[in-house]
Amino acid sequence: MTEEITVETTTTGKPAADPNAPLVEVDDLQITFKTGTGDVHAVRGVSFDIHPGETVAIVGESGSGKSTTATALIKLLAGNGRISGGSIKVEGTDITRYDESKMAAVRGGVIGYVPQDPMSNLNPVWSVGFQVREAIRANGVATGKKNIEAKAIEVLQQAGLGDAERRMKQFPHQFSGGMRQRVLIGIGLGADPKLLIADEPTSALDVTVQKVILDHLESLTREKNTAMLFITHDLGLAAERASKLIVMSKGLIVEAGPSLEILQNPQHPYTKRLIAAAPSLASRRIHSTAGLPVAEGADELDMAALAERHEDTEAAVEAAPVMISVKDLRKTYSIRRGSFKSEPLHAVDGISFDIHKGTTLALVGESGSGKSTAARLVLGLEPPSGGDITVGGQSMAKASAKQLFDLRRRMQVVFQDPYASLDPQRSIGAIIAEPLKVHKVGDRASRHARVEELLEQVALPAELAHRYPNELSGGQRQRVAIARALALKPEVVVLDEAVSALDVLVQAQILQLLADLQEELGLTYLFITHDLAVVRVVADSVAVMERGKIVEAGSTDDIFENAQQEYTQRLLDAIPGAGIEFGN
Amino acid sequence: MSDRITEHYVAPSDPNEGGEVDKVRLSDRKSNLWLDAWRDLRRRPLFYIAIAIVAVVSLAALFPSLFTDTLPNNDCQLANSNGAPTEGHPLGFTRQGCDVYARIVYGASTSLSVGLLVVLITAVIGIPMGALAAFYGGWIDSVLSRVGDIFFAIPYFLAAVVVMSVMPQRNVLVISLAIGGFAWASLARILRAEVLQVKNLEYVMASEAMGRSKFSTLVRHVLPNSLTPVIVYLTIALGAAITAEATLSFLGIGLGSSTMSWGNDIAQAQSSIRVAPMALFWPSLALTVTVLAFIILGELIRDALDPKARARR
Repeated sequence: MTEEITVETTTTGKPAADPNAPLVEVDDLQITFKTGTGDVHAVRGVSFDIHPGETVAIVGESGSGKSTTATALIKLLAGNGRISGGSIKVEGTDITRYDESKMAAVRGGVIGYVPQDPMSNLNPVWSVGFQVREAIRANGVATGKKNIEAKAIEVLQQAGLGDAERRMKQFPHQFSGGMRQRVLIGIGLGADPKLLIADEPTSALDVTVQKVILDHLESLTREKNTAMLFITHDLGLAAERASKLIVMSKGLIVEAGPSLEILQNPQHPYTKRLIAAAPSLASRRIHSTAGLPVAEGADELDMAALAERHEDTEAAVEAAPVMISVKDLRKTYSIRRGSFKSEPLHAVDGISFDIHKGTTLALVGESGSGKSTAARLVLGLEPPSGGDITVGGQSMAKASAKQLFDLRRRMQVVFQDPYASLDPQRSIGAIIAEPLKVHKVGDRASRHARVEELLEQVALPAELAHRYPNELSGGQRQRVAIARALALKPEVVVLDEAVSALDVLVQAQILQLLADLQEELGLTYLFITHDLAVVRVVADSVAVMERGKIVEAGSTDDIFENAQQEYTQRLLDAIPGAGIEFGN
Repeated sequence: MSDRITEHYVAPSDPNEGGEVDKVRLSDRKSNLWLDAWRDLRRRPLFYIAIAIVAVVSLAALFPSLFTDTLPNNDCQLANSNGAPTEGHPLGFTRQGCDVYARIVYGASTSLSVGLLVVLITAVIGIPMGALAAFYGGWIDSVLSRVGDIFFAIPYFLAAVVVMSVMPQRNVLVISLAIGGFAWASLARILRAEVLQVKNLEYVMASEAMGRSKFSTLVRHVLPNSLTPVIVYLTIALGAAITAEATLSFLGIGLGSSTMSWGNDIAQAQSSIRVAPMALFWPSLALTVTVLAFIILGELIRDALDPKARARR
């Protein structure tokens, strides 16, 4: 594609800024939210600079104040939030006292913003073109209908949307997630801002799409020497994309500096733990620390240690009997097209795999690959259109209703969203005891004892039995979901994206728990995920799905070191931070 | 890019920080949806006002003799027709010479009975229709929803007018059936929308995965989590039903004129509005205040159960 880049001379009027002066200076920034239960100090004194053309990443877990800091730069805090101290200087002038009309000139013009969720940040009732034109008009980069139209097309083409002219007439629902994010990036860069804030710009997207979008963003900003502020929870991604890293925790900066240096030589204990817990970094760490003793104690969460333990067990995989055998499994939905026609959609298109007892098979794929449908079929939540699933010698296709009910005892599930998988109106004790009740196991007293035992197994206090899910964090809820899955002493547990919604430290902790439970109880896991980095540390074997078919399957080591399929290789390459040489 | 040197900053580490990841921190008091809603309600003055009005009306409905010694029908004397308030008759007299205050007190029972009966009928028809349609989907949804649409298309008040004008007997039960029998479709729609949302949540899938039957899942998990809008709707519907009864009675096709009812009183006072406006005013006020109390109660419950829907204060 030939791109014409109009070089705009912005020197008119203003004297050329000193290239060494920072573009944005944040000094002792404090942000307070007013809530029903008193003031919450979300950001407690944060200072950093962003120089022209520099890429800075703020990394932290949810609640660390990273997004709040970013939105403060354009003063778009939620209604109950305010800047309670410190200053934000943009090109030398403090904007904390700017009113709305002055801020409007800063937003878009000086600082562009790409929001987090491409699915909800475009208005579904207006065409994409309308929304881009609106942004251009608001930023005043072009006037007159024709100029605005031309600029809108240019902006979208720059953002990587082919045939932008036709695309402009379409509505957001006709765009994929990646394309919507391109539109948002286009809008953010529309007025050639000096700084672009990207708040988790790709966390809702598949890894391969993420890579393409980030590559494109990088080349665009480099071309125009735009500074970037990345907000992300992904250390690997931050290190790969940013030259400077800021690690935040609980409203404070715990460590800041050149990203590679921080990754290779973390100083603060929090940063150290964060790096040890990040699976994307551990995936390559196996080689770098091979033969080295694992220094951390057993209570520290270390993905590398977890991964190494798995290597030992790999030899035993083949020896174990087959627990689940899936043969030529199919699921076809009919999709309505036009008024009376329907088209078949092969969500799962003839997949076969075996899982040996006591091992973990990871079913990997991007959204729409059919991996979740496969999980629902294995769980018997939906009838397959063809093929068979055998669990411990019992064929599901030939099973009677009674046999199917008994089969459910041996197979349990943990879902992705810890906030949706527990009934909010039941106490934790009732939730964990429910499978026992449904299957009429034991009496009241024995069920109560089992609940306490299970809570202990997942490292939660026993008094939680009388509490409700709303008092728990996401990770704790996920432990409850695991306890519920284990209540009937199942042989198989299906983990449907069970750790995808969790922060890295919590995710590492849950993965550790799952590994411990597997060893202790001899569980067989079917691990459904889109995150290859996690697969590396938990799975014994991997099956990669693409459009309803398994394109490649094998042991975890084979797949990661010697992927045969181009698709698998693409997935592997897209893991953020995988290419970074990692010290310890 | 410039070769600017970025310094490596490390915050002083707090020895108390770190250690346990994701530690369970429980508050001293238990908390769940209903407890939180109750705590929220208890902090609102309007809640107490609404509850007090509902309590007084309910008390009057159950034990009218607590409020007045005068009988609403038997103590009427034409000599007092449209009379001004006197000792023991604080609100004056109707055209028939009956005590206005006594009639209002005794009328409360009718209004409240109609309100409660209508709500009961609405719930008994509307909840199964909405829940089953949404949860099972497919042809069950098509059939139930179309039946609901038919009832929805008929304005329930118009239907009640037609039913009441052909009924030989017009008592509290008949009028409640006439109103409730046509008003349930809205409830079914509201519940259907809620169930459609709840049934796709993971805990519903989890319930089925552990072997619970579909119907049992519906009753145990889906319905309890879909009831918030139902409770709110029914509270407001109770007020609306009282208004509907009064309106039908006012039109002369509600309860028989011998039944004590605010609607009947308003209708009868209308003919002498010029000479004795207060005989019209007092039952109207009783009606308005009662209905308002129920509607406010419904709004408050909705706010308490769904803090997100709360208007910004």
